[in-house]
Amino acid sequence: MPLADAGLTAWSWNPLTDIQVMWSYPFMVNAFRAGAVIAVLSAAVGWFVVLRRQTFAAHTLAVVGFPGASGAVLVGVASGYGYFAFCLAAAVVIAMLPGAGQGHGEESALIGTVQAFLLACGFLFVALYKGFLGGVDALLFGSFLGIGDGQVVLLAVVAVVVLAVLAAVGRPLLFASVDPSVAAARALPVRALSVVFLVLLGAATAEASQITGSLLVFALLVMPPATAQLLSPRAAVSLPLGMLIGLAVTWLGLTAAYYSPYPVGFFVTTFAFAAYVLARAARTAATAFGARGPRPGTGATGGTPHAVEEAAA
Amino acid sequence: MAPPIPPQSRGGEPAAPPVLRLRGAGVRVGGRTLWSGVDLAVAPGEFTAILGPNGVGKSTLLKAVLGLRPLALGSVTVLGGAPGTAGRRVGYLPQRRSFDPGLRIRGRDIVRMGLDGDRWGVPLPLPSRFGARRRAEAVRVQEVIDLVGATGYADRPIGQCSGGEQQRLLIAQALCRKPELLLLDEPLDSLDLPNQAAVAALIGRICREEGVAVVMVAHDVNPILGHLDRVIYLAEGGAATGTPAEVITSATLTRLYGTPVEVLRTSDGRLVVVGGPEAPALHSDRHDTAAGPRTPAGAPRATGTPEAPAPERTRRAAR
Ligand SMILES: Nc1ncnc2c1ncn2[C@@H]1O[C@H](COP(=O)(O)OP(=O)(O)O)[C@@H](O)[C@H]1O
Ligand SMILES: [Mg+2]
Repeated sequence: MPLADAGLTAWSWNPLTDIQVMWSYPFMVNAFRAGAVIAVLSAAVGWFVVLRRQTFAAHTLAVVGFPGASGAVLVGVASGYGYFAFCLAAAVVIAMLPGAGQGHGEESALIGTVQAFLLACGFLFVALYKGFLGGVDALLFGSFLGIGDGQVVLLAVVAVVVLAVLAAVGRPLLFASVDPSVAAARALPVRALSVVFLVLLGAATAEASQITGSLLVFALLVMPPATAQLLSPRAAVSLPLGMLIGLAVTWLGLTAAYYSPYPVGFFVTTFAFAAYVLARAARTAATAFGARGPRPGTGATGGTPHAVEEAAA
Repeated sequence: MAPPIPPQSRGGEPAAPPVLRLRGAGVRVGGRTLWSGVDLAVAPGEFTAILGPNGVGKSTLLKAVLGLRPLALGSVTVLGGAPGTAGRRVGYLPQRRSFDPGLRIRGRDIVRMGLDGDRWGVPLPLPSRFGARRRAEAVRVQEVIDLVGATGYADRPIGQCSGGEQQRLLIAQALCRKPELLLLDEPLDSLDLPNQAAVAALIGRICREEGVAVVMVAHDVNPILGHLDRVIYLAEGGAATGTPAEVITSATLTRLYGTPVEVLRTSDGRLVVVGGPEAPALHSDRHDTAAGPRTPAGAPRATGTPEAPAPERTRRAAR
């Protein structure tokens, strides 16, 4: 969809002026605010998604959000409420399935079946409602138009709640994610933790969908934390680093989308992908250039560039 | 750290109150008795092995001690209380965990979970204000990492560590809180022979020097034979317990399994079990060992030598 008229706002090559022009529009300020909230939340929750290998669950929740959003618009409610309602409900349902949180053996076919049906329902809702702003594209591939003040507040409140819960269960959740059998032997409620995490994931997915669309949620939910984990095996580094990467790609994506005729989902995803590719390349290079070397002598250094900053832990 | 256990209390009837006591213990799964009649008292600093064929219920025995599975018969007392109530005084290493190669978490962070992994909240990156406790914890983590000899790779992502390196880090994790009882489920599984010997020697050293009672499930008794104080041999429906010399004999195992089992002792004290439902101490890769009087390089005893003090080995061999 046309995001900005090229004549009205052309890129001037003076970043300060450009940002001033962009931020003179309240809808752009809201987009940046919402983007910041969503990027930080997605990276925090996504950090655990990557560790727990739950990208399939995240994808399912995101797809379920689509009929929620289009259905909400159809009945005259803001799409944000639809995302939250459906993603959270789906998270609870998945959490109820036997063996949730561990591998998804038998129920993956069931989830796939239901997922396809809900996607079709969403498509029907879009077809039924004629006057869609941006139509199906915005819901599937993202948009930053029409984020109101109220929506920013809602996003922020949900993000604060989710981050607070995540902080409260953080360490046991990490333990249960990496080493469920020992965590269970330590009397940690592994199963309850995975249920709680799925609900947090539902909320984070609903938020991410509102910038990237249902189909591109991985751009914020998986790519930034995966990139950060590639760069450092230290939890205390990779977690905030993922948030930083998420924030950077979101704001860059918004800027690029504002000054070009192409959609925001494309830019955010492309920048996140570029960061990931660069991180991979950096790792490969670090390994090739004698990261294997420091083993003799300096015992404490490991195989990664960041491992050296260890001592502070 | 607890003082080393005087040798006279090891092997014989324990003098100190037992860390673990099983009386007539038995477990049923789906109406079938897995094993029964397990009588055992493990003193501090003793090394006990649970042996038996696959599926006989060795892991289940550890779970009963952890309080994760109820006994059908008899009783189990762990550190003077009911199983599952001793908390941090029991360390546990479950069976066959290897981390995904893509897991980008440092070995050091994995070890640290043994210390604070079940504490709620997250460690906030606050400066020295609350630093004393955190420093003490970092010191303890480094201590156990040094103890298992993992200093060189503790800061590498655990997914990139070899099987033996991961196993040492996991042992370090289980040791973090200075447990009095350490339960290990086949920690030598999937390690190559030199690593089996080295990790076995490490566990034996933890028993003697840290005074930790170790109960370890093993598929093959030979790598640990030189360090063992007692064994539990599980068989379908029954069990035999005692010192290795008492239990790993042709007579006992034949009676236990109800089929002719022969235990051969090589000149260096190594045992070879022939026959039975499954021969737990017989590995095809040990042909060379059984054939020659000298242990060739690469066999467990020989490669274990750097970590196993000579007097200890002599004492065991003389038994
Ligand atoms: N939760 C369970 N429900 C039913 N059977 C089980 C369960 N756990 C273990 N078993 C059965 O108990 C037996 C012993 O299992 P296990 O203790 O893992 O054996 P081992 O460790 O000696 O190989 C096996 O036959 C297994 O099928
Ligand atoms: Mg087992």
